[in-house]
Amino acid sequence: MIRRTLAVALKEFLQLRRDWRTLLALLGMPVVLLLIYGFALSFDVRHVRLAVVDLDGTRAAREVERAFLHSGYFDLVHRGTDLRAVDGLLDSGRAQAALVIPAGHAAAAGTQRAATLQLVLDGSDSQMATTVLAYARQITAAVAPAPRQRGAAGPPVPRPLVWYNPDLASSRFLVPGLVAFILMVTTVIATALAVVREKERGTWESLRATPLQALELLVGKTLPYLVLSAAAAAGALLLAHLLFQVPLRGSLLWLALVTLLFLLGGLGWGVLLSTLADTQQVAFQAALFTTMLPTLLLSGFIFPISSMPPLIQAITHIVPARYFLVALRGIVLKGTGPEVWGADMVGLAVFAAAVLALATVRTVRSL
Amino acid sequence: MRETSAVEARSLTRAFGAFRAVDDLSFRVAPGEVFGFLGSNGAGKTTTIRMLCGLLTPTSGSATVAGLDLATQAAEIKRRVGYMSQRFSLYTDLTVEENLTFWGAAYGLHGAHLAARRAWALEMAELVGRRDTLVRELPGGLRQRLALGAALLHSPPIVFLDEPTGGVDPAARRRFWDLIDALATAGTTVFVTTHYLDEAERCHRVALMHAGRLVALDTPERLKAEFPPGTVLEIRTPRPALALAALQDAPGVADVALLGETLHLVLSEPGAVAGLAAALAGTGEGHPEIRPSLPTLEDVFIRAIAAARGGEGGAAGVGS
Repeated sequence: MIRRTLAVALKEFLQLRRDWRTLLALLGMPVVLLLIYGFALSFDVRHVRLAVVDLDGTRAAREVERAFLHSGYFDLVHRGTDLRAVDGLLDSGRAQAALVIPAGHAAAAGTQRAATLQLVLDGSDSQMATTVLAYARQITAAVAPAPRQRGAAGPPVPRPLVWYNPDLASSRFLVPGLVAFILMVTTVIATALAVVREKERGTWESLRATPLQALELLVGKTLPYLVLSAAAAAGALLLAHLLFQVPLRGSLLWLALVTLLFLLGGLGWGVLLSTLADTQQVAFQAALFTTMLPTLLLSGFIFPISSMPPLIQAITHIVPARYFLVALRGIVLKGTGPEVWGADMVGLAVFAAAVLALATVRTVRSL
Repeated sequence: MRETSAVEARSLTRAFGAFRAVDDLSFRVAPGEVFGFLGSNGAGKTTTIRMLCGLLTPTSGSATVAGLDLATQAAEIKRRVGYMSQRFSLYTDLTVEENLTFWGAAYGLHGAHLAARRAWALEMAELVGRRDTLVRELPGGLRQRLALGAALLHSPPIVFLDEPTGGVDPAARRRFWDLIDALATAGTTVFVTTHYLDEAERCHRVALMHAGRLVALDTPERLKAEFPPGTVLEIRTPRPALALAALQDAPGVADVALLGETLHLVLSEPGAVAGLAAALAGTGEGHPEIRPSLPTLEDVFIRAIAAARGGEGGAAGVGS
């Protein structure tokens, strides 16, 4: 049993060693994709073109302006005292945001009257506008002078305190998702071709004529892929740590275990597709279709699951990346343990067990 | 009784939907026999072999292979038979030795036994010096020998070869059949399908399939001996191609073919020579030399298939 399984694994490994395309897809692609998309994919907004209209002209007004420019998010493209310029600047796109400091700003500061600033934003890019608004709130909260005396303060202003990712770098949130996405796509595609390739070449028929059992064949065939994907996963996570400052606050052991479960699910899914498809082309397309968009859209990678309609939320339960991301972000960003994401680990295990069992049943039937 | 047959099929039938690929097939193969399976593509040869190897479940009927029941002991049968499928089925991206190691292990061999059988297969396939060559770099003839070696690693008493010499040059084919002879002499039962009649001649017995049914089964010699006497002629004429055209539609001619410079002709009834002379005279050909000849296996098979077709036609006539 074990001897025959290892014989299949060895054979598969020898073939993989000579198949540089699959090797490249499994080992090289995750690194390349992470490098490309890791830098491209960011919600952080920088170099926002800012116009400043200072109608106040006081020192306090200049301090506000300086605070905006020193924050590092803004580039000054216009500075003036005419409010009417704002229209043209935003229309033409020369400015994406305009800061208007009204007359009397300094006089109002520190009194019971609220000091008012106006920020005009180009809302046609709502993503950018929302982010800039958040930056502006942080900046103004910082420059707002402390109340001079107790009791004279206006309504309480919340002081934001961000945990786990204090500078709110979106890469810390996105890169773990990207790692999950890349691993899912590459492992499923690589294994989806594993069985179907033998069907196309005619060797599957010969394998079926041997006394090899379905389980020996499947375990033997997936073992080398598991080793390679695990290596790719380790590489991708290391790269995420070194290049994108994704921390590792939790246990490396739990990280390894959760990642392994996730990979097993991906491999199982690939093999299952492989037993269903008759040609490599069909298997490849099925692998792409069932991993790419679901992992991108339905896993919480970018869009929070909690804000999806109930039906879509239900569908996300069969997307393994959904569970993996909760556990992965928990371990690396928060340092939490299985008491927090234990249910997600169970979800991963159930998915892996289910697809591997289905793949085995399919193979038994075809043997 | 079972022990006397290496393979025994009893009313073996396999249907794919309404199509009966194999229809009520019964035969016995003796141990050590070279049993040839002939028929056109789609006649049911491969389907029969796949059933006997446990790769396809019969729709009805039963069979024993190596004394084991196909319906209940398919797993055990797989250990006792070798199978070389129609498509070349070794891993072309593995070396000769890696292939033998893998297929040996797949059949449960290991250690010294595997090493000994691997050495035997290398010797048999004449690949001793090329054990580290990738299989895709081997010529077709050597690949087939290697595939045969791989199918024989576990020393099966019965081996099924599905068109083993497809796409192999004639010299390599002959040498492959020398191997088959040697195997049979050593006691292995060889169940082989082929398209080639020269290969059929080398079988101990041949079975001819047509449309899923067995239409002839005997030794090549007896099949030819049973052919109606006086119906096979050899004709020499100065312009054989013209004569061929004239004779094809002549009355009393069942079949005519050009063999080199001579015409090989089969009459539907013995002695119907009068029509021939008339047909040949019509073409203006002078002095045809007509001599009695011996039937070939091809004649036998064409006649058997024509008879089977006639049976189909008759049955349809009765039915309607």
